[in-house]
Amino acid sequence: MSLMVSWWVVASLILPAVLGAGMVLLLRHRLTLSRFGSIGSCLILILVAAVLVNEADGGRVQSYALGNWRAPFGIVLVLDRLSAMMLLLTAVLALIVMVYAISTGTDRKGWHFHPLFQFQLLGLNGAFLTGDLFNLFVFFEVLLIASYGLMLHGQGGQRLKAGVQYVIINLVGSTLFLVAVGLLYGVTGTLNMADLAVRVAAAPAGDQGLIAAAALLLTTVFALKAALVPLHFWLPGTYAATTGAVAALFAIMTKVGAYAIIRTSTLIFGEDAGGLAFLTGPWLLPAALVTIVIGFLGMFAARGLRDLAAWAVVGSMGTVLCAVSVFTVQAMGPALYYILHSTLVGAALFLIVDLIAQRRAQHGDAITLAPRFRQSEILSGLFFLAAIAVVGLPPLSGFVGKLLVLDGVRAAPQAAWIWGVILITTVIGVLAFARAGSLIFWKSASVEGEIELRALRGTRGGIGAAAALLLTLAGLTMLAGPISRYTAATAAQLFAPGPYIEAVLSPQSGGRR
Amino acid sequence: MEFLIASAIAVLTAAGVYLVLRRRTFPVVLGLAFLSYAINVFLFAMGRLVIDRPPLYDKAAESYTDPLPQALVLTAIVIAFGMTAFVVVLALRSYLETGVDRVDGRPDAEADQ
Repeated sequence: MSLMVSWWVVASLILPAVLGAGMVLLLRHRLTLSRFGSIGSCLILILVAAVLVNEADGGRVQSYALGNWRAPFGIVLVLDRLSAMMLLLTAVLALIVMVYAISTGTDRKGWHFHPLFQFQLLGLNGAFLTGDLFNLFVFFEVLLIASYGLMLHGQGGQRLKAGVQYVIINLVGSTLFLVAVGLLYGVTGTLNMADLAVRVAAAPAGDQGLIAAAALLLTTVFALKAALVPLHFWLPGTYAATTGAVAALFAIMTKVGAYAIIRTSTLIFGEDAGGLAFLTGPWLLPAALVTIVIGFLGMFAARGLRDLAAWAVVGSMGTVLCAVSVFTVQAMGPALYYILHSTLVGAALFLIVDLIAQRRAQHGDAITLAPRFRQSEILSGLFFLAAIAVVGLPPLSGFVGKLLVLDGVRAAPQAAWIWGVILITTVIGVLAFARAGSLIFWKSASVEGEIELRALRGTRGGIGAAAALLLTLAGLTMLAGPISRYTAATAAQLFAPGPYIEAVLSPQSGGRR
Repeated sequence: MEFLIASAIAVLTAAGVYLVLRRRTFPVVLGLAFLSYAINVFLFAMGRLVIDRPPLYDKAAESYTDPLPQALVLTAIVIAFGMTAFVVVLALRSYLETGVDRVDGRPDAEADQ
C-alpha cells in the first residue's frame, strides 16, 4: 500500500478515536464546540471515504499492517471495493444524522452524545476495514458499547427496559462469537481472514466438521446483528424505543451483520473451501425469505410509526440477505446496491417518523386519528416519498434495487420462491403504508381541533436532514448505472478472493511500502 | 487434565445457559458472567494444553506454549469485565426507574396471573 493510501485508511480510524477521547476529556460541557467537532469529523470522513472509494475502484486490494507486523502474525487493515463502499455509506449517513441530532436538540438530552457518536463511527469503520477475525470481534464490541450508550441516550423507563434486553442479547451474541473464533483458531491455528481462507481450503477431511460448526456459529452471530429471523426479535423494541436520530444511525448497524456474512462467506468459506463452500447458504436463504415476510407483516400490524419503520428495517434486511445467500456474482452486486438503498431509506423513514411524532404531542407516533398537526403538508410529502422507496415502487431507488435483485437471482434454483416472496410482500408493504398514511394524514385532516405544542426546535434543520436522505436516494436512482457497475465489480472482486489473500499475505504488501 | 478442563468448561457453560434463560435480570447477569468465564477457559485451551512452558522467549526453555490464545483471553477478559459491569449498572438503573427487574419488562402482578 502506498504511503498516501495508508494515511487515508488509518485516518478513518484515528480521527474518530482521537476526537471521541478528546471530547470526553476536554469538551464535556462545551456543546457548541462538540457540535463543530462532530460535523467536522463527519465531513472529513466523507472526504476520506470518497478518496478511498476512488482508490479501491482501481481494482487493487491493498493492505496496511498495523505496527508493521506482517500478516498473519499482526493485524491488518484491508481496503477493497466493499470496505471502501461501506465506509462512504457510513460517513454520509453519519453526517446527515448528526445534522438532524444537532438541529432537533437530540444531543442536548444527556451527556456524551458526541463522543459516543464518534466511538460508534470508529467501531463501524474498523469493522469494515479489518482483515482479522478477532479484531473484528473487538471492533464489534467497540461499536456495540457505543450503541448501548446512544440507545439509552435521553433515558426514560421504556428505553431502559428495551436497553436491558438489547444489551443482554448482544452479550450472548458476543459470547457465541468468541466460541466460533476459538474453534476456528483451535482447528486452523490462525485468525487472519486471508490466512484462514488458505488453511480452511487445505483443511483435512477430519477437521471439516469442526470448521463447519464454527462457520455456522459465526453466521448465527452475524445473523443476530443483521436481525435475521428467528434472531430478529430484539430489533423492533430497541429501534422503536430509542430516539429518532439514533435509530436512523442504527440503520447501518444491521448492515454490519450483512457485511460480515458477505465477507466471511465469500472469503473464508468461499468456492475454494471444497466441502465447506457456501455451507451457510441452505440455512440463510429460507431464513431470509421468512424475514421478508415477517418484516412486511410486522409493518402491517404496527400500532406506531416507529414500529412500522423498525419492521421495515427487518423486511429490507431479509431482501438483502436473500440476494446474498444465493451466493452468485449476479446476485451479490444487486444485494450490495440494496444495502446502500435500504440503509439510507431506513434512516430517512426513522427521521420522518420522528418529525411527525414530535408534532403530534400526546398522540406521538401512534397510528390513530388525531387533529391536524403543524407542517403536515410537507411531512406527508416526505412520508409518501419514503414509503415509495421502502416498498420499492418507481421512481425511487427501492424499485431499481428490487428489480436488480429479482434479475440477479433469476438463474438460481430457488428463483421462483424469491420472486414470489418479494413481489407479494411488496403488495403488503403498499397496504401497510397506505393504512398508516391515510389515517395519519388524510383522515386526520378532517378531525376538528388543533394540537397544542410547545416550541419546536430546529424544524428547518430536521426536515432538511430527512429531505437530504431522500435526495441521496434520488441520487442513488439517477446514478443507478455507475453505482450498479461499481457494486457488480465489487461482487466480482468478492468471488475471486485470490488478490485479497495475495495482498494480505505476500511480504511486499505487508508494511507500508 | 484435558478431562478436567473440558468438564469445567461444560459445567460453567451449562450453569451460564441455565441462568441466562431465567426471567429476572440478576440471574441473567450472573449467567452472562459464567458464560464469559467458560469462554475464557475455552479460548485458553484452544492453543492446546501445555504444562510448564513459557509463551515467549526464554533461554532455558525447551519448547513453548502458544502465546496467541493468552493475548486473546486477555482482551476477552477485559471486554467481558467491562460489559458485565455495564449490564449490572444498567439492570439496577432499569429496576430503580421502572420498578421491574424482569427481563421481559412486564410487571410482576400481570405476569403472575
